[in-house]
Amino acid sequence: MNAALLISTALASVSANKLRASLTLLGIVIGVSSVIAMMAVGRGAQVSVTSRISDLGTDLITVSPGAEALRFAFFGGGGNSDVLSLADALALKDDVFAPDVRLVAPENSFSGSAIVGSENTFVNGVGVTAEYLEARNLSMEYGRNISNIDVENTSLVAVLGSEISETLFGQQNPVGATMKISEREFTIVGVMESQEGTIFNPDNSVLIPITTAHYRINNGKGLFDSIAVSSINVLARSENTVDDARLDISTVLRLRHELAADDEDDFLITTQQDTIETLEGTQGTFVILLGSIAGISLLVGGIGVMNIMLVSVTERTREIGIRRAVGAKRRDILFQFVTEAILMTFAGGILGVVTGWAIAYFGNGATVDGDIIETVIETHIAVIALGVSVAVGLFFGIYPAVRAASLNPIEALRHE
Amino acid sequence: MTSTFPAIQLENVVREFHVGTHVVRALDSISLTIEHGEMVAIIGPSGSGKSTLMNTLGCLDQPTSGSFVLNGQDVSGLSDNQLAETRSRQLGFVFQSYNLLPRETALSNVELPLKYSGGYSGKDRRSAAKTALDRVGLSERYDHRPMQMSGGEQQRVGIARALVKNPELILADEPTGNLDTKSSAEVIEMLRSLNEEDGKTIVVVTHDTEVAEAMNRIIAFRDGRIVEDRSVDQPTPTSASVDSSKQ
Ligand SMILES: Nc1ncnc2c1ncn2[C@@H]1O[C@H](COP(=O)(O)OP(=O)(O)O)[C@@H](O)[C@H]1O
Ligand SMILES: [Mg+2]
Repeated sequence: MNAALLISTALASVSANKLRASLTLLGIVIGVSSVIAMMAVGRGAQVSVTSRISDLGTDLITVSPGAEALRFAFFGGGGNSDVLSLADALALKDDVFAPDVRLVAPENSFSGSAIVGSENTFVNGVGVTAEYLEARNLSMEYGRNISNIDVENTSLVAVLGSEISETLFGQQNPVGATMKISEREFTIVGVMESQEGTIFNPDNSVLIPITTAHYRINNGKGLFDSIAVSSINVLARSENTVDDARLDISTVLRLRHELAADDEDDFLITTQQDTIETLEGTQGTFVILLGSIAGISLLVGGIGVMNIMLVSVTERTREIGIRRAVGAKRRDILFQFVTEAILMTFAGGILGVVTGWAIAYFGNGATVDGDIIETVIETHIAVIALGVSVAVGLFFGIYPAVRAASLNPIEALRHE
Repeated sequence: MTSTFPAIQLENVVREFHVGTHVVRALDSISLTIEHGEMVAIIGPSGSGKSTLMNTLGCLDQPTSGSFVLNGQDVSGLSDNQLAETRSRQLGFVFQSYNLLPRETALSNVELPLKYSGGYSGKDRRSAAKTALDRVGLSERYDHRPMQMSGGEQQRVGIARALVKNPELILADEPTGNLDTKSSAEVIEMLRSLNEEDGKTIVVVTHDTEVAEAMNRIIAFRDGRIVEDRSVDQPTPTSASVDSSKQ
């Protein structure tokens, strides 16, 4: 039998039992459409994370203590030189040793309860200098920023994130009001603009001078220079000099930490590009996971096809006998049943691609649990899904078809 | 079809079936020659091996031992594919239960053998199928499905299907077994005319002695053996009536 005859014969057989064929198709449609939709959501998440990081500015570099230093800090190894200090941050401002560095903003962190009257909320506090705002691409809604005079004076002043402000003061402008953190009374000097939807959302943060955080909240000792910082935000002169700035930072810190040539860095420099790559890697895993779940449903659809094909072979035993008696070879019977299976999965695949595409298209921008879902439809995924559904038909159709082809013609003719 | 070989030549053909622990010998050393243009009736009680013989002649089954030469070609030992090709090229088979595809029209049922032999366009297939249906007198039934036809008409579709590739040999296993007297007579008359007018070699299995007597030769089976093999003198060779062939 030639290909055209094979297809028209298979088409006639499949359409002879439309309800059954449709139900079998449904399994494949669900499988393929979920592959398409899941991959579109996964890729959408990847793309949106990347664009949110880029919003921060690709000239941002973050320096943090190395793994070694963190371990010391965790086990209470106080005063060890691996921890980054305020002096390290100041050294990065040097125009001679670090010419490609434009701005340096060290930070440390604290946590505790912020209390205003009877209102009480847990805050993630950041000890900062005046440069922090610019480094993180933030701006003020009300009042003023933390100044370097505040830092010098270890002032009890605070800048609130917009959400904290709302929790503690409602819609009122809190500038001038007071707030207690760790038994210290702070005067609120400003409120930051909301940055909802960005990757480092400051809306829940409270900023205070880095010195105040060290001496008055964390009860740290030592000289100003030795204040430990949890990370240093550095802006390169431009997006094109990020790599040069990274080299400057590395050189200065290695000198200051007196590292020998074959010592490893005791600090970690992360550019935005690094962050994007790491996150994209994680998201890639997520996409693969989503894809596999969807792939399993395609597999289940394939098993459905096999089930129906096996039933069909049993029901049509006599037909197989008739065809064999008038000259059909085993091969002809084999191809007929495989073609029927592929025809079903291929049709299911096409419907699935259309459905999945529609879901992704109309689902783009939908809100689930307050998160906006973005979808990115990729043509190659549709082509692959279609190819896979044909392969599923081939794979799951082969066994029933082999059974059909191996029937003895006389016994098949005797079958009732 | 002017071959120097007989149409069918069987020598010591044995066909055994294994049923549980014991062996059933359905054909017990059959030797038989049928010449081109013969019209043979196979008779015998139920279970005597008639169908087994027909399946062997029809290349649907292989003998356990012995040789079967079909029109000069040794068929015993052919592969499954070669058997399918022989079925397709050399012979037409007519069944007791018609064995038509129930969802297909008469035309499409008759086309079926052509679909498996290649070299026919859709147009060729349809015109050959129409010719075959016309030959059996079903010009008005092209688009009827089996359910819409009488038993006699269905069997004539079966004969048209056997004819469509114009084989020299037609095998019919109890073709009138499911038919009333009138339809039976029509079918037998059809087979006779294929023999007399178209020169086909015809082998018919039957229970009906009247049908058997309408043939040129009667072979009787019992317990897998040939117990009688005689020729029948037809009063008028060109007779068109079954009744006139009674002796
Ligand atoms: N496939 C088979 N398996 C086992 N025994 C069979 C098979 N086909 C036929 N037989 C046996 O062979 C003998 C002849 O059967 P068959 O040729 O059908 O007889 P008939 O057509 O003359 O009635 C019977 O005893 C039957 O039971
Ligand atoms: Mg029989």
